[in-house]
Amino acid sequence: MDRRKYLKTLAVGTISASVLLDSCQPTETKPTQAAGPPPLDRQPLEKAREEKLKAEQFFDPHELATITVLVDIIIPRDDVSGSASDAKVPDFIEFMAKDRPEHQIPLRGGLKWLDVQSSKRFNKVFTDCSASQQIEIVDDIAFPEQAKPGMEQGVAFFNLVRNLTATGFFTSEMGIKDLGYVGNRPNQWDGVPQEVLDQYGIKYDERTLNESVRFDS
Amino acid sequence: MQIKKSNTNYDAIIVGSGAGGGMAAYMLSQAGLKIALLEAGPMYDPTKNVTQLKWPWESLRRGASTEFRPFGDFDASYGGWTLDGEPYTHKDGTKFDWWRSRMLGGRTNHWGRISLRFGPKDFKRKSIDGLGEDWPIGYDDVAPYYDKVDQLIGVFGSKENLPNEPDGIFLPPPKPRLHEMFIKEAATSIDIPVIPSRLSILTRPLPNNKNRGACFFCSQCNRGCTVYGDFSSSSVLVNPSLLTGNVDLVTNAMAREVTTDANGKPTGVSYINKEDMQEYTINGKVIILAASACESARLLLNSKSDKHPNGLANSSNIVGKYLHDSTGASMGGFLPKLVNRKRYNEDGVGGLHVYTPWWLDNKKLDFPRGYHIEYWGGMGMPGYGFGFGMENLNGKYPGRNGETKPAGGYGASLKDDYRYFYGASFGMAGRGEAVAREDNYCEIDPTTVDKFGIPVLRFHYKWSDYEIKQAKHMKQTFEEIIHTMGAEVTWGKSGPEDNYGLENPGKIIHEVGTTRMGNDPTKSIVNKYNQAHDCDNLFVVDGGAFVSQADKNPTWTILALAMRASDYIVDELKKQNI
Repeated sequence: MDRRKYLKTLAVGTISASVLLDSCQPTETKPTQAAGPPPLDRQPLEKAREEKLKAEQFFDPHELATITVLVDIIIPRDDVSGSASDAKVPDFIEFMAKDRPEHQIPLRGGLKWLDVQSSKRFNKVFTDCSASQQIEIVDDIAFPEQAKPGMEQGVAFFNLVRNLTATGFFTSEMGIKDLGYVGNRPNQWDGVPQEVLDQYGIKYDERTLNESVRFDS
Repeated sequence: MQIKKSNTNYDAIIVGSGAGGGMAAYMLSQAGLKIALLEAGPMYDPTKNVTQLKWPWESLRRGASTEFRPFGDFDASYGGWTLDGEPYTHKDGTKFDWWRSRMLGGRTNHWGRISLRFGPKDFKRKSIDGLGEDWPIGYDDVAPYYDKVDQLIGVFGSKENLPNEPDGIFLPPPKPRLHEMFIKEAATSIDIPVIPSRLSILTRPLPNNKNRGACFFCSQCNRGCTVYGDFSSSSVLVNPSLLTGNVDLVTNAMAREVTTDANGKPTGVSYINKEDMQEYTINGKVIILAASACESARLLLNSKSDKHPNGLANSSNIVGKYLHDSTGASMGGFLPKLVNRKRYNEDGVGGLHVYTPWWLDNKKLDFPRGYHIEYWGGMGMPGYGFGFGMENLNGKYPGRNGETKPAGGYGASLKDDYRYFYGASFGMAGRGEAVAREDNYCEIDPTTVDKFGIPVLRFHYKWSDYEIKQAKHMKQTFEEIIHTMGAEVTWGKSGPEDNYGLENPGKIIHEVGTTRMGNDPTKSIVNKYNQAHDCDNLFVVDGGAFVSQADKNPTWTILALAMRASDYIVDELKKQNI
């Protein structure tokens, strides 16, 4: 099988060595088309743990509503893609709180801290505040180097939510597309594209070009 | 309790299916020997147990690590730093982290594929610096086997003619990635060499091998390759050995003891089958241990009898001693000129395209052994941790509009920062040689057993000044490279308070030395053919047989020595010497 055909075989998703190698044989037997790639490999202990965590609920509806407001403040919809909640970041944070119990107290306590702040200032929990009131509080905890004394705990909480929001969003299908990550598929690595080399004013030396793997294209 | 005995008398029983055991199974089955291959974990085949080419959202935790997969949710690894019901302990408050794989192919499924030969000096360090011990063999003894391993398995690299980094029979290497070009440019300008890496990945189809496909550059070797485009013992060695019909593979078989007869001669292996929790004994003419350096030592120490009161093959009383792991320290950087990168697929092969072999003369330094440097970075697939710590980055460097904002933040401008700074971070890690010492060891904990009733290991390990000074040198070198690149250190600065970031022993997962080879039976466990001094029909073909670890990764040498030992076994069986 030539290399392009090989890559095409890989790209259809039914990649298994046996299918691939069968298709390399000169015989006319067609490879059996599987329904799709196998599911993510899980060991029995892993499966049991995931089932257990999925059946549990950590955050209550008010906490989840607060998280939803926060993650959309952190990553809003823009011209390129949707918001964090569009990418189901709150579900991800719910799961991570269960999967990594060390997140539980900082998240639950931080949400409480936030409600206490907003109650002191506006006599309302955070989700009942107006958008401008919410931003007023967020402005006090979103910029670590400018935060006033007394806001440190809020800053630490917001850093954690910012981190989880960024990961949750940019590891979603929507986020990966937004980011422009174009790998995770069969391809041929033939070096940095010429226009990128030109952009930085660099080139591969002769020796590298001669000794490195090349592809017929 | 009934112990089930097999009627088959195997030519050889192999304990462990990783690099050493897989190679022994491959070689001996090709030679027509009848073999039982015991593996403590389950079956594993990357064409069936798939994590390759999965997207982060296919993991509930987006690829984050768990106790079951400490290197991430997609890692092709069953096992880890802890195993349920199988503890290990420490002595005198010392630290040792022990990685145990429990799966067909062992650690070779998820390893970094860095396939370096030891050089001539690496076998004779004592002759050079007076420390440790020389190997009873030299590079010339192993070279023909390195050649055969290269041809059988496949490795890419470049001819460099360096004195202590022997060239192999190489497939062509991939071109460097963008950040690797900048690393190379900077490092070489300050006389630190950067050369193509040497990884056992098929950048070209392997000649005369129809069972394996070529690499398709997804950079996910650690997830196990669905076309067998890289080396793992399960795919490349065990699978073909099974096809010979000469191998009975027993998975989920946790070895308990090597059995012996009244004269103390090894006769077989007893094990517990983890599926039915029954006890079994099988018999074999030759017993080959390849359970990993520490598990094989444990097995020997637990195989006590009247003839072998210290444990099997342990008349010298040094089984478990001279345990040593590679040193490790690392640092990360940010290269401002890489912001706002043009997007393209730069996945490449699974791991580094370039590396730095050890380049200095230890006689002019205050530590005796060297290290190599591994590099990473670029526009990788996002996973758990992506975007963490943006507040440490976006307040330091101007954003897309040329203005530097206050650190942290939120909203559309923050969202754009993740895009803007993507792919501008990189890192490097040193992997160095530690000096093997008698007082770094594993032994049987006198009071603790695992859930199978098998006495567990207790570790005693301390780094010496040699390793700490080496780590200090690593950190200085990393900082120098990073600054020469015009980059800044983002993490990994450390000082004497934390031994310059030197990782705990065990962390690099290159532990070796527990059943070292030598000519003197009072100072070594096996001879130069990995054969126990005390028992002619007992062999250890994992990293335990190493006298010293070198500033290389151990796998290629484990493979070469296991192949060499297998040739010797076939020969000795023919001569009826064993």
